Amino acid sequence: MVLRGRSRRFGDDINTDYIIAGKYKFKTLDMDELAKHVMEDLDPGFHARLKPGDFIVAGKNFGCGSSREQAPLALIHAKVGAVIAASFARLFYRNAVNTGLPVVECDTSGILDGDELEVDLCRGTVLNLTRGITVDTSPLPRFMQRIFEDGGLAAHIRKHGGFHLGL
Amino acid sequence: MGKTIAEKILSSHSGIDARAGDIVLADVDFVMGQDGTSPLAIKAFRDMGGERVFDPAKVAMVIDHGAPSPNEGTANLHKLMRDFAREQGIILYDIGEGVCHQLIPERGYVVPGDLVIGADSHTCTYGGLGAFSTGVGSTDLAAALITGKTWLKVPESMKIVCRGRLPAGTYSKDLALYLAGRLTASGATYMSCEFCGEAVGHLGVDARFTLCNMAVEMGAKAGIVAPSGEVLAWARGRSKKKFHPVFADEDARYADAREFDVSRLVPQVARPHKVDQVCDAQDLSGVEIHQAFIGTCTNGRLEDLRVAAAILEGKTVHRSVRLVVAPASKQVLMGALREGVLKILLEAGATVLVPGCGPCVGTHAGVPADGEVVISTANRNFKGRMGNPSAEIYLASPATVAASAITGKITDPRKFLG
Repeated sequence: MVLRGRSRRFGDDINTDYIIAGKYKFKTLDMDELAKHVMEDLDPGFHARLKPGDFIVAGKNFGCGSSREQAPLALIHAKVGAVIAASFARLFYRNAVNTGLPVVECDTSGILDGDELEVDLCRGTVLNLTRGITVDTSPLPRFMQRIFEDGGLAAHIRKHGGFHLGL
Repeated sequence: MGKTIAEKILSSHSGIDARAGDIVLADVDFVMGQDGTSPLAIKAFRDMGGERVFDPAKVAMVIDHGAPSPNEGTANLHKLMRDFAREQGIILYDIGEGVCHQLIPERGYVVPGDLVIGADSHTCTYGGLGAFSTGVGSTDLAAALITGKTWLKVPESMKIVCRGRLPAGTYSKDLALYLAGRLTASGATYMSCEFCGEAVGHLGVDARFTLCNMAVEMGAKAGIVAPSGEVLAWARGRSKKKFHPVFADEDARYADAREFDVSRLVPQVARPHKVDQVCDAQDLSGVEIHQAFIGTCTNGRLEDLRVAAAILEGKTVHRSVRLVVAPASKQVLMGALREGVLKILLEAGATVLVPGCGPCVGTHAGVPADGEVVISTANRNFKGRMGNPSAEIYLASPATVAASAITGKITDPRKFLG
């Protein structure tokens, strides 16, 4: 799968409260509604400026904080193409795979806001078209790939009647 | 080669000789969700084709984050939880019972050596009893509801040795903040933190919960303290479950070992908007506050309310400060009532909320105004956490929050302790 879009740059330690604030997420399961408020406290108006397929690019520890699965779900519904970060907090990483949001771990230091990127999830590369740089990404562990390829954990459990991770 | 506590618990629950780095499919002893995560878990349960939960006696849902409901949206999600609980015969704690992370141990659902997952990041709290407990998302919770299992990567362990005894006026919260400051918000990412050393060994049960609760603020998957005799007696007094406490082997392998001398620790405060921006309380003594909050899964327990009451007894909350107290459970509230702690807090000017999460996560019951400054015993001070991105949140111990409520400024509590 090859994704193409523009970088929306953030720093380190972007927590799940920033991705979607508690004041919204306790009220509704309507993810399209939550999508309107992604990154709002950190960058007001972010959603209005977001184009479908844009990538969120961040430093280390992206998605730290709460276990809220509304964080990756709201990003999916906001049509974020993928999150590319130097590292991820474990809960967000796991929730992203479970819900089908592509998460890419790689050196993001050479990516600036607005850069055009091409992400090849199968080959494990991020090509920075603006700067002509390619970086390799850390691949998903094989068993997590299975979950992702099944369309997320709910689809995986439905398909196999339980866990089928090939451990 | 010996094993860490995490390796032992994940081995016994997966049936394989597991080491750090292995992926295991493990049987869980208990699973839990709260009102911010359970509704999505119920939806995922249906999407997965779930019909019955694996064991209704091992599943609890807790309505604590927005309880009682502040609006119709939340009310409808609470109803979804009640209906699901009735249909499945699972344990439901409705409004006013308390915070999930107080209720699950307090009611004896978790014991030393257990493996527990909860759809809440602070599920790591139960490490205070010597259990391996960790947060998961709603879909992982749903999968566990159906299968009774979850996959886990056996984490590397970090041994955190705290030498010396905590001085008067400092508490496990100060220790947790100090460690977060030293190790940073990502310093223990994916790891199991084993807290030990003299300072940790002397902590009571409530204080151990506080310390392990904050492990996730350093990125950890779990925080664990080997159980003391007091912990074992506490668990036996609350649970009918048989249990086998788990201790690390002498020759266990740790990915990292850190030592800290905490014998001269002073009260600590985390500054806005990051938990690892920590300094001494006395360095912030000019900062005016508008709201002081004592409560949450970090510091809403009886020991915390006692500490606050000892400082507030005979004193009055500063006229420009609102002191908000949310006991962590109904049992905590009843204990505070019985001991006279509640009377002291009320007479000092505190507003006492329904047992639950209170204003911690910005859903209700104490959202700060633009530009206001809050000092709180919670575990997170992210921008907007309490519902207003224009407010500032400082984190501290119940003693520091109580002292600050009296003076109207961030205050080192030691001046109030004889």
